[in-house]
Amino acid sequence: MSLERPRDRSQTVGVTDDGLDYDALADLLGDTVVSRETHRNAEAFVVRPDEVQDALFALRDEAGFDHCSNVTAQEYEDRFESIYHLKKYEDPTQEVSVVVPTSRENPVSQSAEPVYRTADWHEREAYDLVGIEYDDHPDLRRILLPETWQGHPMGLDYNQDKPQVVTLESHANPIADDHKEDGSDTMFLNIGPHHPATHGVLHVETVLSGEQVAHVDPDIGYLHRCEEQMAQNGKYRHEIMPYPDRWDYVSAGILNEWAYARTAEDLAGLDVPEYAQVIRTMSAEFCRIAAHMLALGTFALDVYGEFTATFMYTFRDREVVEDILEDLTGQRLMFNYMRLGGVAWDLPEPREDFFEKIRDFLDGLPEKLDEYHDLITSNEIFQLRCVDTGVLDAETAKQYGATGPVARASGVDYDLRRDDPYGYYDELDWDVITAEEGDNYARVLCRMQEVEQSARIIEQCVDLLEDWPEDDREIQSNVPRTLRPDEDAEIYRAVEGAKGELGIYIRSDGTDKPARFKIRSPCFSNLQTLPEMAEGEYIPDLIASLASLDIVLGEVDR
Amino acid sequence: MSSDSQLTNADAQTTQEARMGGGTDNRFNSKLREAFGSSPFVLTKFDSFMNWVRSSSMFMLQFGIACCSIEMMHTYAVKHDLDRFGAGVPRASPRQADVIIVPGTIVSKFGPRMKRVYDQMPEPKFVVSMGSCTISGGPFQQGYNVVKGAEEIIPVDIHVPGCPPRPEALVYGVAKLQERIGEGETAPVTVKPYELEEFGDLERDELVTKLADDIDEDTLVMRYNWNDSP
Repeated sequence: MSLERPRDRSQTVGVTDDGLDYDALADLLGDTVVSRETHRNAEAFVVRPDEVQDALFALRDEAGFDHCSNVTAQEYEDRFESIYHLKKYEDPTQEVSVVVPTSRENPVSQSAEPVYRTADWHEREAYDLVGIEYDDHPDLRRILLPETWQGHPMGLDYNQDKPQVVTLESHANPIADDHKEDGSDTMFLNIGPHHPATHGVLHVETVLSGEQVAHVDPDIGYLHRCEEQMAQNGKYRHEIMPYPDRWDYVSAGILNEWAYARTAEDLAGLDVPEYAQVIRTMSAEFCRIAAHMLALGTFALDVYGEFTATFMYTFRDREVVEDILEDLTGQRLMFNYMRLGGVAWDLPEPREDFFEKIRDFLDGLPEKLDEYHDLITSNEIFQLRCVDTGVLDAETAKQYGATGPVARASGVDYDLRRDDPYGYYDELDWDVITAEEGDNYARVLCRMQEVEQSARIIEQCVDLLEDWPEDDREIQSNVPRTLRPDEDAEIYRAVEGAKGELGIYIRSDGTDKPARFKIRSPCFSNLQTLPEMAEGEYIPDLIASLASLDIVLGEVDR
Repeated sequence: MSSDSQLTNADAQTTQEARMGGGTDNRFNSKLREAFGSSPFVLTKFDSFMNWVRSSSMFMLQFGIACCSIEMMHTYAVKHDLDRFGAGVPRASPRQADVIIVPGTIVSKFGPRMKRVYDQMPEPKFVVSMGSCTISGGPFQQGYNVVKGAEEIIPVDIHVPGCPPRPEALVYGVAKLQERIGEGETAPVTVKPYELEEFGDLERDELVTKLADDIDEDTLVMRYNWNDSP
């Protein structure tokens, strides 16, 4: 990769020239550490459930782990366990896990919310699906399932056949009491779950004070399709791969597949031939373009109601990308193209036609992007609506674990393609796009510029593939028919999806199916920043902020 | 009088001639007009006429749930352009729509909300279920939270299979629906058993007894009985 790293590594605890010194971190944590575990991605410290905050504060403030990328909860025969996956925005290859076991009789552990704001939702999810309770959590209630749900479905003794009752209640004004006393009155407004501006089935409980947004509470779970359970019921080799396509379903399928492929390959120790890596890189970037095009079209739709021009333009270009991907994978939208150890099949024959199609698309792209700039970013109305609205500063973004274009537009220079290289990215010449402003405009601009970078990557991949010697086109390495990773092997791996860090945690129990499969979706963390961006702004800015986050509910709810 | 002379003038025009100039405009010389002959009237049954009207001007509800809605957007957009079939006016409000395409997985939390949206549509209303999830729960059928098909909640006219169906498939499904509406055949709008029940009306089993203190008897609820689902 051509990009030199412009950062100097700050002298924090445990940082050495070739990674992390976990003993130094253990010294830092001192008595809070009960024991240590080794996961495939990083060392893990087992911490007492009443000292979680001490340990996390130490790791965040003294060792520089400012990114709580994921919280995994799971149930064993003898205990419950929460795992906090910590990273650094500066260098995501430096990671550490904090494991918090609690008893099955009394599953209570301290909340990490004061340390990392993002733990709020993650812990609510852990409570909802697994049943761990978090002490001092500000708002511990169900997040994905309805309030009346009985039982915790990812727990061991959940009876799935029990009937359930779901209520249909109109919502009361959640902050009515706060405002009545000082004479002002607020209005409660439900946006969604069926609303054209919520990008799917999101319910935004909004409280308005006059025209300003006083309080926002995104209510999710209207598309909770049990993806983690589905993956846990599937065998590693073939049965899981179709599901990632359906997380971020905005054509980002191959990016998601890569998240699973990377995790499972690292878990099972599989190699991927170089040729397959190039194909993966190329197809993933096509997916990124398709995803960003949709983000752009729907953003214009939300901001100035353009169901005609911009929307149709972006869909015109998406159709071209979809066509190319269909030639490659044989499917529209749900590609199911990656396999563990490579890809499903080689490029379509005749290869020349396929390459020509791609080059035609790439040649036309700059002109189309100019068109978009004419239509959107240089549009004065658009600028009035987007510049300096929905501002998210870098520190807040980090606190919420925001990643992808949302974080990069706020000046967080974080891209796993460069910082934790995988695939063929580190051999290619491209740039990470960042902006400082952190407003709606910057986020959209970031996506548009990322499309250009994706096109650069694709072009280089096509050059490589064109000259690849025919005898050397190995698309898959030798993979055992049945994969049975070592018992109790645990791993967390992430890739840069279209929306940000898409990570997967897998715990193996020695069988051919994962014992725990946890998805860290970028949209889930990104959506959490919405109240920070929208409170105090006008309603249309709330809609614009929501659109600029580019969430996909399939990934938020999983 | 000058006006008299105009009236008796040989060049006098009927209002139609005045509007169209000499002879009939090309635009009016359609096959249809040829078939009608000299008479500008068609005699038909009112019901047939209304069926034809309904099938040729369908107002679709803008309703996105999951993956399928991306393909649905493609169906509305350039290249596939559902509008060409007289079925492409997307309406954001259920009160202005008569067709709902259900594009995606319906989960327990969303079920009652979808039911409410459907109820708000004026009759006659039609439902296209798009994709495997709305037919049976699709790839997520074994999940603990997934409703096994839209038909558990609202009556469906046309099922379009696929995961997701291509835009062409949806266009075909909509065209088939138009054909059926034109013929006057559609699924009857059934009130039971799709209606949300009041909590107090439910059979008092273990679950209902457990929730009885928390939930108001008048609360509208939907009960999912996973065992009895297909």
